[in-house]
Amino acid sequence: MAFNTEKNSYTVIFAALMVVVVGSLLAFVASGLKPKIHENERFEKQQNILYSMGVNDNVGEGDVTFVPTSSVEADFSKYIVKQMVLDGATAVEKENAYLIDVSKEIAKAKNGEKAELPLLVGEKEGKTFYIIPLYGRGLWDAIWGYISLDDHMVVQGVYFDHRGETPGLGANIKQRFFMDDFTGESIMSGNTFEGITVAKGNGDPLNTDKEDNQVDALAGATITGNGVTAMIKDCIKLYKPYLQTIRTK
Amino acid sequence: MALLSKKDSKLVLDPLADNNPITIQVLGICSALAITAELKAAVVMALSVLFVLSMGNVAISLLRNIIPSKIRIIVQLVVVAALVIIVDQVLKAFAYELSKTLSVFVGLIITNCIIMGRFEAFALGNGPKKAFLDGIGNALGYGIILVIVGFFRELLGSGTLFGFKVLGDPVTKTGLYSIGYENNGFMIIPPAALIVLGIIIWVQRSRNRALIEEA
Repeated sequence: MAFNTEKNSYTVIFAALMVVVVGSLLAFVASGLKPKIHENERFEKQQNILYSMGVNDNVGEGDVTFVPTSSVEADFSKYIVKQMVLDGATAVEKENAYLIDVSKEIAKAKNGEKAELPLLVGEKEGKTFYIIPLYGRGLWDAIWGYISLDDHMVVQGVYFDHRGETPGLGANIKQRFFMDDFTGESIMSGNTFEGITVAKGNGDPLNTDKEDNQVDALAGATITGNGVTAMIKDCIKLYKPYLQTIRTK
Repeated sequence: MALLSKKDSKLVLDPLADNNPITIQVLGICSALAITAELKAAVVMALSVLFVLSMGNVAISLLRNIIPSKIRIIVQLVVVAALVIIVDQVLKAFAYELSKTLSVFVGLIITNCIIMGRFEAFALGNGPKKAFLDGIGNALGYGIILVIVGFFRELLGSGTLFGFKVLGDPVTKTGLYSIGYENNGFMIIPPAALIVLGIIIWVQRSRNRALIEEA
């Protein structure tokens, strides 16, 4: 080669060029794919929300199957009848409230600042679902999801997801055998908003007792399970003023 | 193989057994422990490393004569990181579901010592075709061990393979579980991977004593 690759000036120029070339290549790829990625993320949110109110393509007991991306937008506008943001006990309608970044709003609300907490109302076969987005911490990273309630505050369905929980352990919060246990549990204990506890050794592994505010924990995923418990409790607390106004006994 | 000369096919086949990056060179152990609780994750990780290692090897090999030796490690890192980011973005745009399964591992690929090891030991001194074959070979050697470990851990730890309940249902007590079999919870935590890996290394070395290092 004609270059003397040992010279300092060559090294500096090489490094500078490399940064420019690689930087622009990545920027080009990222901006080219951005609209597609955003669309995917939007569809995913819609699929998750619909899943929590029981609109999904689940077959049998094993897999989590969402409605297909090709029809998710039509389904979403069909089943989600109202999108609102909460201000204390009052709710104001807001377009595309489901796109609000819940992590930021929950943090604001916890600090006592003014926040826009989204709440979606779904309707399916004459039944009304109140869908609350959840956001919390697992063992390694964020966990989030949606919980849908009826007006008796009984869980109609949940969807959980995570960014980095351990595969085979904490990551199982998005499996059917864990999520299905929540359906039918009440978040109320008498007149208090109790939430639902992911409990170890509650002596009810088949989850037949729907009045105990408990679901069976995942073995080997204690911290993730506690994270789910805390996430539900924290979010219910923020939505409590409004939930009280819609609750029927 | 008529397609490859004897020397070239050795590049691919050697790392599968007698020069395996995990069991012989003891590289890439960290990811082998972290992600083998499930077979699916192991396969996905192996494929990702296959892509990044073969492409990265080619890129480094093409650049080998113009890379300043003083900053070669940084250049190698930049190549891996750029490849991994591109893979991640493309998957997010066109295979969103898959990208979600992968997201945990994408960061791990960058830190996988096998990749840096092959860049440094092979790609810097050989042409792109050889480097490509070397990348394929080493990634497959890595993948085989991952799949073997994942197979035993998922089967004994959860009683499933690729998520299918092959041993019956532990909750409703069907199949093997009806006669009192229990899943071994120890198998799904990382130390179990170390033990399975140790057994593989032991079996391999006792079958081929030439692999045993002098103490």
